[in-house]
Amino acid sequence: MDQPGYDYHIDIPGTTLFDGKMAMKGYALNKMCYSFNQQINREAFLADEEGYMARFGLNDEQKEAIRKRDVLGLIDAGGNIYYLAKFAGIFKLSVQDVGGLQTGKTTEEFQQYLASQA
Amino acid sequence: MARILGGITTSHIPAVGNAINKGLQDDPYWKPFFDGYPKVHKWVQDNKPDYVINIYNDHGLGFFLDRMPTFAIGAAHEYRNEDEGWGLPALPPFPGAPELSWHIIESMVADEFDITSCQELAVDHGFVVPMQLFWPGAPNNPDMPRAVPISANTVQHPIPTLNRALNFGKALRKALLSFPEDAKIVVLGTGGLSHQLDGQRAGFINKEFDRYCLDNIVHNPEELTKITRQELVKNAGAQGTEFLMWMMMRGALGDDVTEITRNYHIPISNTAAGTLLIECAA
Repeated sequence: MDQPGYDYHIDIPGTTLFDGKMAMKGYALNKMCYSFNQQINREAFLADEEGYMARFGLNDEQKEAIRKRDVLGLIDAGGNIYYLAKFAGIFKLSVQDVGGLQTGKTTEEFQQYLASQA
Repeated sequence: MARILGGITTSHIPAVGNAINKGLQDDPYWKPFFDGYPKVHKWVQDNKPDYVINIYNDHGLGFFLDRMPTFAIGAAHEYRNEDEGWGLPALPPFPGAPELSWHIIESMVADEFDITSCQELAVDHGFVVPMQLFWPGAPNNPDMPRAVPISANTVQHPIPTLNRALNFGKALRKALLSFPEDAKIVVLGTGGLSHQLDGQRAGFINKEFDRYCLDNIVHNPEELTKITRQELVKNAGAQGTEFLMWMMMRGALGDDVTEITRNYHIPISNTAAGTLLIECAA
């Protein structure tokens, strides 16, 4: 369920502040990703992705972003990066892989961008 | 009465734990980071703390969004490390110090800090990696102190203000100094410095802001309480809010301190990695 109401935050381009509003929006998605802490749950997801998503009550936007492995879409759908990192872990993606996916860079280009800020 | 020896900060990036497991300390990518630790090792060996207060932020192992404590203190005999979703081997449990935990909780609640006490708490990389960095082989290091974990919420806004974090540390200092045991205590502040994992701004690092924080935290931490939480996100990145842990640690050290060593390196994983050792006057 989404929370109506107020915006407590300044706009920071390229950044979605994970606040109460996003936490409510993403609860089911984040709860599913939190379950991936356990190997048995990671295996259950891989064996039946649709059934696993249905069990946690993901909405259509969240399901579609999971199907597409769309990280920015998952964040828009209320995903918190710390839980999404566990989803990424299923596919052995590093945080540089995930960074590249979000910024339109290859992993190598993303790593070069990080190093360029030294 | 107990004595606070000093405080140590470090980044707690999961990849560091992986590098330690693989023995990559002399690898060209990792060497500039690990070169920041021999002086810390020597200080730890010379001083041999009895207890370690490990101030970190949980990343979705010990806590979920169903219940998200702003400040949580472990009060257990031991703390388990568990799989965080990446299938890495878990370390053996870390020994706790429940008598010290409950002393801190009593003292801080009396000082009007509202604490969530945890008799079970799984500890993630935020707690474990700094232990591995400072006590090689942890927890199977003969000098391993018994631990009290303190976790602050940086997962979900609203997060604590920098001023609240510093004041938390000051109340923690009062609690530690009144612990009726002739014990030596070290306080860790783990996380940071600037980094952002999520969104189109992923990969953001801010050397200038990190320098400002490093330069002020030793002798002028009050200056940093002027930074609003929104400014912290903007300038340190969405996950750079972990700097709150450094502020909590700093508050526990008092005014009479000396900087022993510092290291700063970009990048380790997605992060500007900072290490700082601050000693309290005897």
